[in-house]
Amino acid sequence: MADVEICDVRKSFGATEVLHGVSISIPDESFTVLVGPSGCGKSTLLRMIAGLEEITSGDIVIDDEIVNRVPPKQRDIAMVFQNYALYPHMKVFDNMAFSLKLAKIDQAAIDKAVHEAAAILNLEDYLDRYPRQLSGGQRQRVAMGRAIVRKPRVFLFDEPLSNLDAKLRVQMRTEIRELHQRLKSTSIYVTHDQIEAMTMADQIVVMRDGYIEQTGAPLDLYDYPNNVFVAGFIGSPAMNFIAGEVRHSDGRAEVVAGDGTVLGEVEANGAAAGRPVLYGMRPEHFVLAGENEGLPMDISVVEPTGAEILVVGRLGGCEVQIAFKERHDLRYGQRIHLKPRPGMAHLFDQETGEVLR
Amino acid sequence: MAAASDLTRTEVGLFERLRNNRNFLGLLFMLPAGVLLLVFLTYPLFLGVWLGLTDVKVGRPGRFIGLENYFWLFEDSVFWLSVFNTFLYTVVASIIKFVLGLWLAMILNNHIPFKAFIRAIVLMPFIVPTVLSALAFWWIYDSQDSVISWILIEMGLIDTTIDFLGQPNSARASVIAANIWRGIPFVAITLLAGLQTIPPSLHEAATIDGATDWQRFRHITFPLLTPIIAVVMTFSVLFTFTDFQLIWVMTRGGPINATHLMATLSYQRAIVGGSLGEGAAIATAMIPFLLSAILFSYFGLQRRKWQQGGRDD
Repeated sequence: MADVEICDVRKSFGATEVLHGVSISIPDESFTVLVGPSGCGKSTLLRMIAGLEEITSGDIVIDDEIVNRVPPKQRDIAMVFQNYALYPHMKVFDNMAFSLKLAKIDQAAIDKAVHEAAAILNLEDYLDRYPRQLSGGQRQRVAMGRAIVRKPRVFLFDEPLSNLDAKLRVQMRTEIRELHQRLKSTSIYVTHDQIEAMTMADQIVVMRDGYIEQTGAPLDLYDYPNNVFVAGFIGSPAMNFIAGEVRHSDGRAEVVAGDGTVLGEVEANGAAAGRPVLYGMRPEHFVLAGENEGLPMDISVVEPTGAEILVVGRLGGCEVQIAFKERHDLRYGQRIHLKPRPGMAHLFDQETGEVLR
Repeated sequence: MAAASDLTRTEVGLFERLRNNRNFLGLLFMLPAGVLLLVFLTYPLFLGVWLGLTDVKVGRPGRFIGLENYFWLFEDSVFWLSVFNTFLYTVVASIIKFVLGLWLAMILNNHIPFKAFIRAIVLMPFIVPTVLSALAFWWIYDSQDSVISWILIEMGLIDTTIDFLGQPNSARASVIAANIWRGIPFVAITLLAGLQTIPPSLHEAATIDGATDWQRFRHITFPLLTPIIAVVMTFSVLFTFTDFQLIWVMTRGGPINATHLMATLSYQRAIVGGSLGEGAAIATAMIPFLLSAILFSYFGLQRRKWQQGGRDD
């Protein structure tokens, strides 16, 4: 159990800087997810916390101790790798017992610890098998078992679910979350999948190109994205952006799309008249309207998923996706009219991408 | 249902059918390799075994004499000396080649500057024709002009030149050293390939689990390398056991037969001495030893239990 503090950490490989001064505060017993597209530096940061990569500058603090120069084995952390990194020549039992054996713990205590962990993870029947004889989900559990037998201060997960099929991924997501609620160890989890981030995290850190874009609780990020990147990254299907400008008339501010469609009223005080903006609206925040009251859209694709119907078309000169919970009878080529839900629009500066509030 | 008679049936010729027959094609493509194996491997092998049962001499057709050659060899102290030499040569050279080769492979597996260049240099002894390197060693070991002796004298460590190939034990050590020099690249490069199949994440996981460098070698690298070690050492033992060129160029089996291997003795008796039957018998006597090495590797090469079952990913 420990809190982790990352203070202005930078990392360079040769002349290329991949992390440009990152600061994150990870409270004790929390589940923090680092999320971002590939190449954003999230895995590098995790490996630096583990001690597998050197820190170019800045400090990593675990429990008030700067660990920059502490070798991995003394950091008291455990890591679950993307490819599980199970030792193929050792049985499941020995895989889980390896760190305890190296620590010269007596056999009875090792047996007890491994069986406890195996019981938690439903692995008791497989202790005598080799990793190759296990399914993907079972291997994933062994990798977690290997981590939890040591009772480390911090758990690190490096995209642990990306090798599993979709159904198993959802199941393991829940299992990892349950495990965390049971063990309460501080966990840092790296993924490129925003749904994993949303469903598992207490705190999400969205990263891009070596910078932190936004840090916060999942729903805060969803409801109040700081910029276009976070707005487009969090949420599926992604938020729609329509380019336009703000016009003031009668003391009210309206956003007008490039093709002249008036998208709707906004409360943005900071949005000066004539300023190029991006009007952001989530797919589920549109409702069907009557012919004369809404914004016209010609449907180009209809994708029913059962739970909702996804409709793609052009609105205000931009391609948009609309998600309806209700089963409207819609088909290709049809013209529908939409109304944005009031107060749900996000306005972003077109040049900087920052939110205008 | 449409009447079957309405459908047209396309008839294809015999040639066309053979051209699409996988079994026929397989046989056809295997034929050249099969012929080569028969002519250049099977025939000489059986001819050798047969010659060993006759008293053929150069220029005189022999007759079948059963196991007489072998009874005669059984009494022959030079033959037994060559067996001893062959074992000494093979065991000592293979062990040292393995240790040094593994060490070299581990060094080359690290991130070092000019990696590709150094790897290419390591392969050099393997590329140079054996006869050429044997000649070079012959010169290095020369009783008068040896470069080693010269350096040691210049350094003031010895007073007179060393007669490397003139004394039985120093001659044995010298030819073994030459064989090691020549054999290391094969071992090192093959083990390097094996090392590179071990995912780095296993080492990282072991590091986080608290393993020291030695423990990582002992518990991760070595066990995962055992299958490839079995392959490379089988080949190394076979090559060393049947070595001929190095010895023949450097010592011709001398001094007083101290470096005669079974292969060189066989050549000397059969080709130089003209007793083809006896030479063939010596060569045939190597077969049981080689066969046991192959059987050993066959069981060694079998997939380990941890390699069996499940998917490879």
